[in-house]
Amino acid sequence: MTLHELTIAEAGERLRAREVSSSDLLEAALDRASRTEAQLHAYLTIDREGAREAARKADADLADGIDHGPLHGVPVALKDNMCTRGVETTASSQILAGYIPPYDATVTRKLKEAGAVIVGKTNLDEFAMGSSTENSAYGTSYNPWDIGRVPGGSSGGSAAAVAIGSAFAALGSDTGGSIRQPASLTGVVGMKPTYGTVSRYGLIAFASSLDQIGPLSRSVQDAALMLEAIWGHDPLDATSYSGSYPNPSAALDDGVSGLKVGVVKELAGEGYEPAVETAVSAMVDKLSDAGAAVVEVSLPTFDIALSAYYLIAPAEASANLARFDGVRYGHRGEGATTEKLMARTRAEGFGPEVTRRVLLGTYALSAGYYDAFYGQAQKVRSAIQEDFSRAYGSVDVLVSPTSPTVAFEAGARVDDPLAMYLSDICTIPSNLAGHPAISIPIGLDEQILPIGFQVMAPALGETVMFQVAATVESLAGFTERPVLEELAS
Amino acid sequence: MPIDIDIAHVARLARLDLTAEELDGYKTQLDVILDHATQVQSLEGDPREESAHPLGLVNAFRQDERRPSLDRDEVLSQAPETKDGYFVVPPAMETE
Repeated sequence: MTLHELTIAEAGERLRAREVSSSDLLEAALDRASRTEAQLHAYLTIDREGAREAARKADADLADGIDHGPLHGVPVALKDNMCTRGVETTASSQILAGYIPPYDATVTRKLKEAGAVIVGKTNLDEFAMGSSTENSAYGTSYNPWDIGRVPGGSSGGSAAAVAIGSAFAALGSDTGGSIRQPASLTGVVGMKPTYGTVSRYGLIAFASSLDQIGPLSRSVQDAALMLEAIWGHDPLDATSYSGSYPNPSAALDDGVSGLKVGVVKELAGEGYEPAVETAVSAMVDKLSDAGAAVVEVSLPTFDIALSAYYLIAPAEASANLARFDGVRYGHRGEGATTEKLMARTRAEGFGPEVTRRVLLGTYALSAGYYDAFYGQAQKVRSAIQEDFSRAYGSVDVLVSPTSPTVAFEAGARVDDPLAMYLSDICTIPSNLAGHPAISIPIGLDEQILPIGFQVMAPALGETVMFQVAATVESLAGFTERPVLEELAS
Repeated sequence: MPIDIDIAHVARLARLDLTAEELDGYKTQLDVILDHATQVQSLEGDPREESAHPLGLVNAFRQDERRPSLDRDEVLSQAPETKDGYFVVPPAMETE
């Protein structure tokens, strides 16, 4: 197995056995990037100089007996909506072209403290609004399994980088499925933690009550290692959770015997590709054979979750994006008055999907419409939480497909916002409830495109969620990696 | 309920200087999305509260203590126009 295919856990063993250096791992990732970026465009910025310096430091530390833990010396990527001091951060928007943050996001700081080497910043849909990366102002990323298709989104660049080996793992952000859906479409693991457990300080905000940072990785164990490095209470995030935290790595080998698994009735049927449904059913049968008690459960409010999400997320986005006004940072348009300058700046700086959502959110919050739209959507959110609570009264975890379809062709949904929004139908309920959820690759369809399996758990239920996810991974035995045919050598 | 948005008014609220043609295009798309969004009004059962933090956190207070802020020059280096440590903008009102 070549270096760029190693998991974090495998790379860490070789590092500590002095078989490889952090610099070797980094050069393997950079070499992979130089061979694949022309086709995939996973990265917006590759920080070769900074990464090489960090790798040298990691190697020197290890030689001195200083070991920062499981991520020590491991090359990872950050989605470009997480601030990196001194390294351009754009959230894939023209309005932030050239923006150099004066501070690190908490996750950036924590990764550095854990000894990780930050390779660069990955592409996303502008301000994380989208399901394909096609809304990036800097061009689409493509899927390593088929470069005519999208890698999903909005964390599509992170997913593509991890899938092809130009990073050993990456961080994404998940507001309605933006980690899990691209993980599913590219055959990697992607995980959204319980709301409040990973600090959002330095994450460029999209919808603050839903946004959560989490890992994309090549194994379930790696996702746990990444999560354990980045989460924890942070006084810089007022929604940060300060109680005791679960232990994701504790039960990875414990199997599912005696656990109760609920299959969500509403996340199947019309709109779901047969290959996806077949693969998911087969995995459910395997879980049953492995000792889990499987039952079908109904969560009827899931049917209106999407409509609630597409009111709450744009409403919060319209408020959060008010800060982009051409005064303190980023692009500035021309205007004779401050207000005209702001309106021109925003019209020039925001792409079509962001403009659409700012308008939608502004409308949903405006006088006379608040109760009918935003207020009502928040009540649906409460109903979804009630549905989840009822289900978790009788099961330990819930399972479903991660995405109703495999990776779709670039351009197929760009002119139909509603069709694009349906990409997230399986993932949105966990965001609305604030619960953790993970996508694990379980196989390929007949077109050689990956299929993802979602495991959901109640708030702070990461321990049992990772336990089931590790079992799914082991039962699936999914080891295929994408091959870019044009890569002759 | 049929949706008919006063899109020019919404764009003004959102501080977006869009052309008439752009406004027409967004209005058409928003009508479709909002038509779907009215499904939230089909929620059945007892009246519910609007939800907040899933873990029930309410307020997060910290000690009122002095600590370093971001470096002013580093912050101002990102601004389109500054003078003497301030951000510079055009007048708030039209001038002759």
